[in-house]
Amino acid sequence: MKTPIVLLTGFLGSGKTTVLSRLLQRPELGETAVIVNELGEVAIDHHLLRRVDERTMVLSSGCVCCELRGDLSDELRDLLDRRDAGEIPSFRRVLIETTGVARPAPIVQTLLSDPLLPHHYSLDAIVATVDGEHGLRGPEAFQQAAAADTLVLTKSDLADPRRLDALETELARLNPAARTVRASFGEVDAELLLTGSDRDLRDLPTEPIEHTHGPTALVLTLDGAIDWTSFGIWLTMLLHARGQQILRIKGLLDVGAEGPVLVSCVQHAVYPPVHLDSWPDEDRRSRLVLIGHDIDSRVLETSLRAFGRAAA
Amino acid sequence: MSKEHWAEAGGGARARAFRATALNRVLDHYGLSVHAWAAGAYVLRDRKGGTAVVSDLGALWVEAERLIGAPLDPLDPSLVEALQR
Repeated sequence: MKTPIVLLTGFLGSGKTTVLSRLLQRPELGETAVIVNELGEVAIDHHLLRRVDERTMVLSSGCVCCELRGDLSDELRDLLDRRDAGEIPSFRRVLIETTGVARPAPIVQTLLSDPLLPHHYSLDAIVATVDGEHGLRGPEAFQQAAAADTLVLTKSDLADPRRLDALETELARLNPAARTVRASFGEVDAELLLTGSDRDLRDLPTEPIEHTHGPTALVLTLDGAIDWTSFGIWLTMLLHARGQQILRIKGLLDVGAEGPVLVSCVQHAVYPPVHLDSWPDEDRRSRLVLIGHDIDSRVLETSLRAFGRAAA
Repeated sequence: MSKEHWAEAGGGARARAFRATALNRVLDHYGLSVHAWAAGAYVLRDRKGGTAVVSDLGALWVEAERLIGAPLDPLDPSLVEALQR
């Protein structure tokens, strides 16, 4: 049984630590190891958690998305070793709080590509806090929100309700596959944050999304089975060529088998595809959600279909 | 410990040969060819005798670009048109 990891991210000042602090007060979060990443020589945020025990690690003086990626791997291995040796209380999950400027893709890549970690841990959910008063600011904030399974709109006690509604609409345009919850004083349903999004990609609207500033989501609905080999060729080539423009891809694909294949990637970091046993109902059309910059949905679909012909 | 590339997981020699055939339809547009080699690797060739051994699909595009000296793009209209023929 793998130990689930929940990655908690969100831009500077968006309320990550407040949400984490509240979460850790919940009894259901009792058996949770926490890794807090802070920038700066003197780590401060973790003191706000009010729970500094042997299962709380602080990685300071660098960011786990760049110079401290090796430290994150080491810390996760160390947690396993110390748990197995009985040196620390047992834990059933790991919560990683990133810095406010962390880019999620390199962290996901570290967790997926490490030779040891994927055998012991599974990245179950990415949660991003979004400042309910100020919205998304800076490219990192967009990357964090695009990568998220759950978006937590913070400070809903302070923000204007109309502002919150507008932000929810903006977030639904950016990342329609994520669910959005509102948090007041950092309070949020723990269960929602600890599991991946339960949104069925087949429920997403496929009408073209009105262009706004920043990246947008494209939703493709595709009839007929997609050849898995040609999809792999197409996606690896697309991520290589257009990786800088793509923040996130999520797909539920009909590959001609009994059940669909779930595909997910955060920029270049591709999760192991999951082959499901069956479809939930009769609608077996493939869905592909892409969040990115300057990619036309018709061009994308035409290219994917052309690659399918190449394998026929 | 090497990890199998996500797009190649669970496939045997037959799947690799099928993948090489599909790849060749794409690479032919750029004057390249590929064949499945030992230990999951592929050998890329250009028409001038240049070769490169790549470990998986992820690495293949980097080497293919190096051989042709230009970027590859699956959304390139001329490639898409060639694949539709």
